[in-house]
Amino acid sequence: MQLTLKVWRQKDSKAKGQLETYKVEADEHMSFLEMLDVLNEDLISQKKEPISFAHDCREGICGTCSLVINGRPHGPQQGTTVCQLHMRSYKDGDTIVVEPWRSAVFPVVKDLVTDRSAFDRIIQAGGFISVNTGQAQDANAIPVDKEDALEAFDAATCIGCGACVAACPNGSAMLFTAAKVSHLALLPQGQVEHKKRTKAMVAQMDKEGFGMCSNIGACEAECPKEISLENIARMNRSYIGAVFTTD
Amino acid sequence: MNWIVNFLTSSIGRKLIMSLTGLFLILFLVVHLAGNLQLLTNDGGEAFNTYAYFMTHNPLIKFISYGNYFFIILHAVIGILLYFKNRKAKGSSYAVSGSSDETSWSSKNMALLGTLILAFIFIHMGDFWFKMKFGNMPDVMSASLGVPVKDLFTRVSTAFDNPVLVIIYLIGQVVLAFHLWHGFASAFQTLGLNHPKYTPIIQGVGKIIAILIPLGFALIPTLHYLDIYLF
Ligand code: HEM
Ligand code: SF4
Ligand code: FES
Repeated sequence: MQLTLKVWRQKDSKAKGQLETYKVEADEHMSFLEMLDVLNEDLISQKKEPISFAHDCREGICGTCSLVINGRPHGPQQGTTVCQLHMRSYKDGDTIVVEPWRSAVFPVVKDLVTDRSAFDRIIQAGGFISVNTGQAQDANAIPVDKEDALEAFDAATCIGCGACVAACPNGSAMLFTAAKVSHLALLPQGQVEHKKRTKAMVAQMDKEGFGMCSNIGACEAECPKEISLENIARMNRSYIGAVFTTD
Repeated sequence: MNWIVNFLTSSIGRKLIMSLTGLFLILFLVVHLAGNLQLLTNDGGEAFNTYAYFMTHNPLIKFISYGNYFFIILHAVIGILLYFKNRKAKGSSYAVSGSSDETSWSSKNMALLGTLILAFIFIHMGDFWFKMKFGNMPDVMSASLGVPVKDLFTRVSTAFDNPVLVIIYLIGQVVLAFHLWHGFASAFQTLGLNHPKYTPIIQGVGKIIAILIPLGFALIPTLHYLDIYLF
């Protein structure tokens, strides 16, 4: 199939950047990233600068790939990362606009690559359990309610890709932070540091300059792991509770 | 005391203020509507004027009304502050905007809707409250109280002979409907109340309220314009 791509090209974080148009011959079995690989090989053979885009696992688990396709983070398919999007979702003659994540906190490094280290700093602020875990425990030594285990697991599927921030008109990182607070909060091991953790992670999130949540729901709609807004409510009540019950 | 400042300037703290003031304002709207529906009584204004006298002379109501002014201003100031902070956090926008069918138009335009509500509140206060407080509005005898009271009823009735004003009021109610369409349910999410069991109920109630409250208010200018009384 013949496609017209309009791709955001930007030399570095300081450059202005603009959309540039390319023609590419793709196969419906290719993934979206493989299609970009084909285009890049083409550009290299013409001695042109290839398009920079972030990717790693290409199997939907690492959270590195990050493209906004026709205005939608990770493209049109619900619950998939862009590396898992295939060209069969498009038809011959389509024009596809590819842009980087847009957020003042995720500056463009080059072309479609953004700096998402703000997320790392939110995790560093408290998104972990700071006790020595020692030997692996006997499976049922710590009882966990099945419902809680499932909910914690759902929250833990967040791959930290940042599509929630990219989708949010306010550039808010509440869905990511809430997922990271929740997957620990729901388990007994996470309870001990829960209040301290919530306060520290929210404080870091604010410090990074992310926007505030208007409960629009664009994040939940675009999240490749379909993280629920219930996590944001959990973080809100945890945070409000923590502020009034800790010093 | 530092913790209070930190909390109220945190993202969640600011949203908590929006939520609590917003819910208070909804409560105010319900009371305001219940009182004002007396404008649809065909008694020459006896019931409404007596009620308005009570509302402007009872010390407790006066105290609550100052709280109400404060909460509207607080809600508006923080709402607009959030709008600018969020715009800054977003930075640049996309060349193409994709469609997420799951998001409502209202939720993305709360600041615009709120600013229009604020403009409406100014027009509304200028029409009635200002004229009652500072204009020379004639008195009538209240039969039940036996004292002269301001004839706000006649002022309302004549004001709504003007079709332009009626249309402004109807637009104001449409704007309010959109603000509440998102606002009511959003306030509960902000408070941390979200559960598959009751969230659908909150959302349903929010939509009913978003239609019923503005509809109730819209009746007043419309029926006064048409000279129709309900009771
Ligand atoms: C009768 C008057 C009003 C009522 C009943 C009302 C109610 C509400 C409610 C319930 C919310 C949801 C709060 C939340 O998401 O937690 C809200 C949000 C909001 N209101 Fe109002 N409001 C009123 C007037 C105004 C005015 C005058 C403004 C002025 C600018 C305003 C601006 C906003 C904004 C910007 C938000 C969104 C905040 C956010 O989520 O980022 N509102 N309102
Ligand atoms: S919440 Fe979803 S969209 Fe946001 S970082 Fe996690 S996986 Fe990505
Ligand atoms: S490249 Fe790892 S999730 Fe897409």
